[in-house]
Amino acid sequence: MRILILLTSLLLATAAVSAPLRIKITEGVVEPLPFAAPSFIAENAAGAEYAKMLVDVVAQDLTGSGLFRAIPEAAHISKITSFSSPVQYSDWKAINAQALITGTVSGSATGQITVKFRIYDVFAGAELGKGLRFTGSADGWRRMAHKVADVVYGRITGESGYFDSRVVFVSETGRKGARKKRLAIMDYDGANVQYLTDSASIVLAPRFSPTGDRVLYTSYETGFPHIYLLDVGSVKRKVLQNSAGTMSFAPRFAPNGKSVVYSLEQGGNTDIYLMNLSSGKSRRLTNAASIETAPSFSPDGSQIVFESDRSGSQQLYVMSASGGSPKRISFGDGRYGTPVWSPRGDMIAFTKQNKGRFHIGVMRVDGSKERLLTASFLDEGPTWSPNGRVIMFTRETQGASGAASLYSVDISGRNLKPVKTPDGASDPAWSPLGR
Amino acid sequence: MKFIIKAWAVLCVTVLIGCSDTGGNTLGGGADGGSQGSVDDPTSEAYFEASVGDRVFFAVDESVLSAQARDALDGQATWLNSNADYTVIIEGHADEQGTREYNLALGARRANAVREYLIGAGVGGDRIQTLSYGKERPVEICSLERCYAQNRRGVTVLNNIGF
Repeated sequence: MRILILLTSLLLATAAVSAPLRIKITEGVVEPLPFAAPSFIAENAAGAEYAKMLVDVVAQDLTGSGLFRAIPEAAHISKITSFSSPVQYSDWKAINAQALITGTVSGSATGQITVKFRIYDVFAGAELGKGLRFTGSADGWRRMAHKVADVVYGRITGESGYFDSRVVFVSETGRKGARKKRLAIMDYDGANVQYLTDSASIVLAPRFSPTGDRVLYTSYETGFPHIYLLDVGSVKRKVLQNSAGTMSFAPRFAPNGKSVVYSLEQGGNTDIYLMNLSSGKSRRLTNAASIETAPSFSPDGSQIVFESDRSGSQQLYVMSASGGSPKRISFGDGRYGTPVWSPRGDMIAFTKQNKGRFHIGVMRVDGSKERLLTASFLDEGPTWSPNGRVIMFTRETQGASGAASLYSVDISGRNLKPVKTPDGASDPAWSPLGR
Repeated sequence: MKFIIKAWAVLCVTVLIGCSDTGGNTLGGGADGGSQGSVDDPTSEAYFEASVGDRVFFAVDESVLSAQARDALDGQATWLNSNADYTVIIEGHADEQGTREYNLALGARRANAVREYLIGAGVGGDRIQTLSYGKERPVEICSLERCYAQNRRGVTVLNNIGF
């Protein structure tokens, strides 16, 4: 990934399409773009509580993306004391802040806060886009900060941000061999964890609906693994498939949210089925004596990528969403599993197992341009950020004290870092854009 | 009383599978832990686990039954054929060296291989259910082949319907 910082002069200040300050996200080496985000100005006492916290979250989001670098407030020459006064560009240039973010926070008696902010292109000596204002409940102040950061990221990279997003995952406690698992949901940065199930039965691999309000997962609630649908708001759940003598697992929504693709095991054989959620009826999409599982739709709903060991080892295949003969796309060394189609439709993320190591990788949808992003004792289960730029996955450490936790990495392979969770964590699924 | 029975069962199984150096790994969480009755009672679960042997092992990424596994299942079938009060759930398990979904499917293959063999040896198919835990319930927790070999297993869990 390479950042091209195009500091052209601000000749077309009004043309929204050609922002002068621009990080271009492509392949190559990166130098994070330095920015300054001084504490927002509290417009009243009710806003004072949030002014610093809010801007800190904005800065964490931007810095955490690996594309930006915050210049500490101690190094700032100018202080921002007024939201409307002209900016002393020379003071920000002097500390090499290429972007400057200023803002205000005010609170109301009804528990609302209002955030106003502006983004400046320091070297062009001009505002980057228009100032914006968000109002919402004070409880949701972190979310407002994420929205501010999304705007900054969007204006500077030209791509949508992913900070106002959530992750559903499996929270893990207890020793290896007797792990307690429960579904949990949190902000993408690990804040605001809430539990969606208790840990009475094993739960696995939750997946968001396209609107982010429902979650599919696998649970051993009946003693046997079956697929469930859970409403995130009410935490009510219902089993989708629990025919006696079968096992159902690996569910994922179709992009229209109306059907669910999943694996059904009968008599030791696992194939892929498609269930219409309103009728509850399922249609078989694969019919082979091999293992067919981990299906994932293309974003346009026309194709499904899945894994199969029909060749003798676990490999990736693409088939039409209506079934039919699949085409193998993975041909490198080792085994390939858990394919996930990118939200942009251009890539497939996967888990690769080779020579005793596990990798998270990406390839084009035709299997070309394979790139491995990580390597460890056990990395698995990639999920895409809503803008298709970052992948989150499970990393498990080895040995008797081994534990699972979440990591994220840019699709360039840079910026590998842990995602904070209260306990062990596995099987992350990133929410769609706008939750 | 129940606690004592369970503690005894754990001890038996630990001896049976040669619980190596994994340190205090009690069987729990999965269904393949804890059994009822005395090892001296040949119709008890405890006897089945300790003397007949409740599990068979598989090679890496395989669901084919070895000669040793078939011998063990012959013993299970003989016991089940003379103890009609029991139904069984066959649990299929995998080691941690695989992805979650694949291991679920692989565990199901293993469980089914055990089921088919028992049916072939005269046990009624209506007495045998299968279940896969994938890699969710390792019985040995080191990350070495000697542990993995114990985890790639099919376990026959008894359910007494005689009462």
